[in-house]
Formats: sequence, structure tokens, C-alpha cells
Amino acid sequence: MFRHKFPAQLVPLAVLFVLAMTALLVARAFLVPETFGDYGPYRANSVDEIAAQPIVYAGAKACEDCHDDIVALKSDSHHQGVACEACHGPAAGHVDAPDEVSPQIPRGRGYCPLCHGYNPSRPSGFPQILSDRHNPGRPCIACHDPHAPTLPRTPEECDACHREIANDKMVSPHTMLACTQCHSVPNEHLLSPRSARALKPTDPGTCAPCHSESGTAKFEAPTINFESHGERYLCWDCHYPHHPEAN
Amino acid sequence: MTNSRPESRSPGMARRTFLQNLSAKLPGLIAFFALAKPGKAGADEPGGYDPEQHNYAMGIDIHKCIGCGRCADACKSENNVPRDEHFFRSWVERYVVTTDREAHVDSPNGGIDGFPALPDDTDILRSFFVPKLCNHCVKAPCVQVCPVGATFLSRDGVVLVDESYCVGCRYCIQACPYGARYLHPEKQVADKCTFCYHRLREGLLPACVEVCPTQARVFGEIGHKSSPLHRFLRFNEITQLKPYLNTEPKVYYAGADGEVI
Ligand code: SF4
Ligand code: SF4
Repeated sequence: MFRHKFPAQLVPLAVLFVLAMTALLVARAFLVPETFGDYGPYRANSVDEIAAQPIVYAGAKACEDCHDDIVALKSDSHHQGVACEACHGPAAGHVDAPDEVSPQIPRGRGYCPLCHGYNPSRPSGFPQILSDRHNPGRPCIACHDPHAPTLPRTPEECDACHREIANDKMVSPHTMLACTQCHSVPNEHLLSPRSARALKPTDPGTCAPCHSESGTAKFEAPTINFESHGERYLCWDCHYPHHPEAN
Repeated sequence: MTNSRPESRSPGMARRTFLQNLSAKLPGLIAFFALAKPGKAGADEPGGYDPEQHNYAMGIDIHKCIGCGRCADACKSENNVPRDEHFFRSWVERYVVTTDREAHVDSPNGGIDGFPALPDDTDILRSFFVPKLCNHCVKAPCVQVCPVGATFLSRDGVVLVDESYCVGCRYCIQACPYGARYLHPEKQVADKCTFCYHRLREGLLPACVEVCPTQARVFGEIGHKSSPLHRFLRFNEITQLKPYLNTEPKVYYAGADGEVI
């Protein structure tokens, strides 16, 4: 009775359909790689393959393990934040076989100007020289220790080095405040900024003279009740002091 | 695909083999259901690394960049990018805005060999350097157009290319609005920044971040308060490249103004 309802011409079609589907499934099983689609339309295993790529730069921590004397010297200098491998090149090979592989030591005159050559696009406070006229012919390291370089001239303004903060402050309600209003800056900070740090305020008393309701500010400054506002937070946990929001 | 072999044997036999099989597989099955979260077995990461816990991103502070090109150089060494010009995973552009408000952009050899002096008569209004790389877009056009699924967004928020599966059709290179991809001349596959994925998995920073002498590049995780990126995003006015394209880039720029595209 089933045959009555099922048109005869559909039988070969159905057979063809089943065959085609089977062929498709078999082809798919061969063509679609393993782990494809486990997490999305991609081969999940490729993530591990990419993660297995060899490492070339060892990272600053690896250098510290052996060269602690240089690290100590450098950590007090202007080059504190410069990773060893920025100048010495990739060193993972050296970490693996210290006696066989030596990292590069750029002793020539060409290297330092990559950072310190005069270029009008560089931040203005950044120490720059005209390489052609600055003791031509002498290698930089004849006069400067790259691990503890010194500046020939002491910057007088904070924004020589802290340009982005100065830019922020310039357009903020705090524009007229001197940096030293809130930061106490030891004189040595100008000579050796890393070892003699400018101090940041530690208690809300710094903001209170202007911003407490009983404050002494002679001008319009937004005030709040220091007893009830903020509780256990410091002012600068919420307000960025170099560009405080108005409300 | 169905397994109907036991029928030919006696029922007792079938039951015994079934039970044997089961006792052999049971610990594995229990472990599978207990440990494997929504994922599947076989691709679980060793060493307790959970990709779902990460969402990597980069911050770039244009105020700090000195255009030394160390990042672009380190990127080539770390990732075996061909040394010729035109092949970059990460490079540095110089923007020169002249007094007539025109922005001129150049990037000779990605900035690796430094930037040539500007002509003496250039009337510079502003000038700055902008490091660029793949933005690891959340809604990445390159992922959408890849016809075989070789470019994909990994679970830890990094856009990766499956090298062994890429057919080199270049659709992704066309689709990327940031010019962040190139075709690897030897391998004939699409290549681009992976945030140094192999380094991240070892707890290291991307090579460009590692060597940047001014810390203009910040690397971290979105949504982790302890990440340096969190502070960077909080305390800077942030722009992304071409935000109107709705690609949701995950490279965040501080100090970039209207000229930067
Ligand atoms: S920047 Fe380009 S290559 Fe990178 S994810 Fe976005 S579209 Fe893809
Ligand atoms: S290494 Fe840092 S400072 Fe140098 S070009 Fe790259 S981002 Fe800029």
C-alpha cells in the first residue's frame, strides 16, 4: 500500500539521493581535518601548532639571572626601562648555550642615533643629537656608558620628560598648578631621575586645601565633604589628578 | 556509521565484551565529562592554560614613541618575517602634519633603519610616530572573508592564521582595512601579527613590547584590573583606527589625533 502513494519515478531519485549523501559524507570525513570545528570554523589543533613556534627573544628576566651587576647599574639609570635585547638583539640562543652563542653588541656609531639622532617627530624632551656634528668619528661608547648614560644638560622643566602629562594638564582645570604643588621633587631627580624619584602624594590632604568644604582656596574650585566622600579610597583612585573631570 | 557487529556472536559474548570495553573506557569517560568543559577532548591546553580566561589586547602611546623601529625589527626576528621591504607584521609610520593641515605619512622599511631627515623647507605643524600592526579585530573582516576557515579568532581573543590550511587566495589581505597582512613569499600563505602568540603562552610579552625602549607599547588583557592595559585604557584618551568600520579593533591608541587612520 505504501507503493501506491509513493510515485515510482521517485525511487531511483531517492536512491541517487542516498548515494550522493553517502558520497558527500565520506568525502567530508576525508577532507575536513581533524579538530576542525571543535571551537569554531577552524582547526583547533592549529592553535597549538602556532603556540609551538620557537622563541627568539628571551625576555628581560632571563638576562637578570646572570648579569645582575649590569641590571643593578642600569636600573638606576635613564636606560632603566630599556630591555637588554633592545640593543643586544635576540638572546634566547645565548640563554640556552651561553658559551656558544653571543648576542650582538652594537659598538658602532650607527646604532644609538636610531633613538637619539635628532628628528623633529620625536618628543621634544627626548635627548637627541645631530649625529653628523656630535663628535664625528668617535663611537658613542667612548664617552657614554650605555648601561648608565648621563644627560649633558639638566632639564629645567618637568615637561621635557613628562610630555604626555604636561599635555593633559595643559587642557585641564589644573593647568595653572605647578607640578611641585603636589609632587615633592628632590633636586637629584633632575640628574638621576630613576634613583631619586619625584614623590607622589600619599594622603588626601593634598587635595583638601582646595577641594574640601572648609578649604582655603581663594578661587572657585569644586568642593566636597572629605568626611563622607570617598571613604577608604584615595582621591586619585577615582579622579585623574592631571586632568580631573569637572563634576 | 552504526556498530552492529555483536549480533553475529552470542548475546553473552556481546555483553561481556561490552562490559570489558566499558570498564576500560569508564575512567576516561568520567574524566572527559568532569574535566572537559564545553570544549572537546584532544585540544585541551596543557599546563592549565585556559584560553577562556584571556582576552589579549595592546595599547600604544603615541606620545612616547620615538620612531626607533626596534619593535618592527624585533618582530621580524621573532617571527621569521622576510627581511625585504613590504613584508611586515608590525611597522612604524611617521606622520608629518604641515601648516597647511596636510598629513604626510611615510614608513621607509617600516622604520627599521630610521627615518630620513625631512626637506629643509617643510613647514611642520605637528609630527609624530604611529606604530601599527594587526588590530586583532573582534569583528574581523579577514575572518569573515576567508573561504576555508584558515583565519580565525581564537578563544583568547587573538586573530590567528592556520598556515597549513591557508590556500593563499589573498582575500583576507584585500579585506583588512588596516593593511595589516602580507602574503609570505616563500610559504605562499597569508601572514600577520599574532601578538606573538607563542610567547604569550609562555608568559612572555610580544617581542615588540619587550624591546620598546620607551614603553610606548603596553600589552595586557581586557577586563583584568591588574593588567597594565587596564590602567592605560583608564588614564588615557583612547582612539582606535577606523572605528566607523565597526571592526572593533583591539589595538588602542593614546595621543592619536584626527590625522591618524
Ligand atoms: S587588523 Fe586586519 S588582519 Fe588584523 S584582525 Fe583586523 S581585519 Fe584581520
Ligand atoms: S620600539 Fe617603541 S619607541 Fe621604538 S618605534 Fe617601536 S613603539 Fe616606537
